[in-house]
Amino acid sequence: MKTVQKSKVLTLVAAINDALDIMLEDDSGVLLLGEDIGKNGGVFRATDSLLEKYGQDRVIDTPLSEAGFVGAAIGMAVNGFRPVVEIQFLGFIYPAYEQIMTHASRLRMRTRGHFTVPMVIRAPYGAGVRAPEIHCDSTESLFTHMPGMKVVCPSNPYDAKGLMIAAIQDPDPVLFLEPMRSYRSQREEVPEGKYEVEIGRGKKLAEGKDVTLIGWGAMIPIVMKAAEEMKEKGISCEVLDLRTLYPLDKDLVMESVQKTGRTVIVHEAHATGGTGADLISLINDEAFLYQKAPAERVTGFDAPVPFFGLEDHYLPSTKRVAAAIEKVMKF
Amino acid sequence: METTFPIFQVLDANGNLADESCREYVDETLVKEFYSGMARIRIFDRKAVSLQRQGRIGTYAPFEGQEASQVGSAKALNPDDWMFPTYRDHGAAMTFGHSLLNILLFWNGRNEGCVPPEGKRIFPPAVPIATQLPHAAGAGFAEKKKGTENAVICYFGDGATSEGDFHEGLNFASVFKSPVVYFCQNNQYAISVPIHRQMNSATIAQKSIAYGMEGKRVDGNDVFAVYIETKKALERARKGEGPTLIEAVTWRYGAHTTADDPSKYRDQEESTMKRRETDPMLRLERWLKNEGMYEEGWVREIEEKAAQEIDRAILEMEEFPAPDPAAIFDYVFERPTWTIEKQKQDYFELIRGGE
Ligand SMILES: Cc1ncc(C[n+]2csc(CCOP(=O)(O)OP(=O)(O)O)c2C)c(N)n1
Repeated sequence: MKTVQKSKVLTLVAAINDALDIMLEDDSGVLLLGEDIGKNGGVFRATDSLLEKYGQDRVIDTPLSEAGFVGAAIGMAVNGFRPVVEIQFLGFIYPAYEQIMTHASRLRMRTRGHFTVPMVIRAPYGAGVRAPEIHCDSTESLFTHMPGMKVVCPSNPYDAKGLMIAAIQDPDPVLFLEPMRSYRSQREEVPEGKYEVEIGRGKKLAEGKDVTLIGWGAMIPIVMKAAEEMKEKGISCEVLDLRTLYPLDKDLVMESVQKTGRTVIVHEAHATGGTGADLISLINDEAFLYQKAPAERVTGFDAPVPFFGLEDHYLPSTKRVAAAIEKVMKF
Repeated sequence: METTFPIFQVLDANGNLADESCREYVDETLVKEFYSGMARIRIFDRKAVSLQRQGRIGTYAPFEGQEASQVGSAKALNPDDWMFPTYRDHGAAMTFGHSLLNILLFWNGRNEGCVPPEGKRIFPPAVPIATQLPHAAGAGFAEKKKGTENAVICYFGDGATSEGDFHEGLNFASVFKSPVVYFCQNNQYAISVPIHRQMNSATIAQKSIAYGMEGKRVDGNDVFAVYIETKKALERARKGEGPTLIEAVTWRYGAHTTADDPSKYRDQEESTMKRRETDPMLRLERWLKNEGMYEEGWVREIEEKAAQEIDRAILEMEEFPAPDPAAIFDYVFERPTWTIEKQKQDYFELIRGGE
């Protein structure tokens, strides 16, 4: 790996573009596939200018067929390539669900490692941008539930780039969730060149002693704001950005919840079957005796994401997070 | 394949009869109905684009250029038929009697927009591509089982033909002779992807052969051609002769949606030229002028009437009561489960208590 020195200021979506660019340059086996990713540069411009740079043999506008291009990418992956496919919005991944569930995730196991699927599925997800219906789903748990899939979800430009590079080099399939709402909401210094953020490792964003707040993706700014507000009330919050939803960073979570004894988990996905439930079971297994209060969850409801007229009510808000923090503090 | 499926045309681009045998199809009352219907939806479409630009509605999918396809096909329906539109077919839905208010609400982020007027069998717009094709097969199948003569029209774009649901829907409808007209508006682009990169087939109509059903190709900017082929297909469907795949060849003049920038992927000059040469409204206008039936006063009158109707609907949309968050919870099931009950209760305690 080249030594990393210089940096540039990038948005999250530009950091993803940068990572794709680096990996296309680095490895001739890397291919991009998806709808409108070529000439149009993707509907969010995540693949902007990559067609011009690498040509249509490597940056491939596919027919409008999620099952088709995900299935084809599996075929490419078992035959020597590293496809990175773009699902235009996570809510449109469902036609490809069979390909992912039945094939991408279990080919290694079925063939005792003879065939493997080193592929990345990128998908913008989440509500809060006044998008039309179905464009706002946050159904990561459908994939964390899938044995054989890794699921990552960065919240900032630095992690987005490093995780993308790690995901493309990973020997197994990775679902790479991109928080639509955070695509352009922040810019930060991102190192130039190639670096990795390890899959399976979260990050501590704020040090605290009273409560552990756990979030990821587009929930991070909300969680950070709640932590900030709590300071005025004398409550010290530790904030963890999970970054990988499968496999969970057990060490990071344990270290924190054993210290604070109180946990609030925030996700925009529906409550039932959500990653919050996995985290609570982890706490139950590994840190039960350290707990001063039952862990709280602030999540999307067990209802389809409503049209945008009501999305602010559906999405976890700072107010809801603050109420949960006070609840665990008062227990 | 282009010769097996020639493009059916009644009026050419200059507003002349494509050939003399077509004269039987064209009559003045119908021309005027078509013209006013198309003017109405075009005015709506332009107003909606401008509402979006002013931030008064959300992202919007314009259909300008496709008015003949939408009005011609929707006018061929009987009142009790079913319609399965996409996000771009609210021109057809309006023509078939959908509420303008609800269409506006849909684009303004309100679930209420999915509700059709009482007695109108209009499905919510299909947002995930091609998912409505199997629904249409089933709704038609049900009409047949009930012994009615009602039929179904199902709209979709050229890009939709690449999805599995397109093939599954067509096959299902064909096997069960479901009374469906599968109406494809081939506007030649799926967002940025041109048709020749979407498929290797010369036409969409030819895909009907694979499923053993009727297939027709029409000039989608010729409202007469669209109307006549749709009418015939509906008649076959009602008689139990099964589904038809109609490919209406057209063009969208504008962006895919208000969030899209077509200059990224196509030469805007081409759209300008198409508008000049093949605009479905201009074609009718030319016909009316050629036949000496064009009256400026009448045109102004229908335009004013449409504008008033649309402005009223916009006002109603803007005065529509704010959405009630209870709706998030109350419509998931007929009776909410305990998790939903509890989530609702907790949420309302929070928003009520926190003031
Ligand atoms: C299953 C699915 N995948 C992707 C999308 C995103 N998307 C919305 S419209 C569109 C293009 C549709 O093209 P076409 O079927 O030709 O219809 P048109 O928009 O031209 O009317 C795409 C890819 C979607 N809505 N659903």
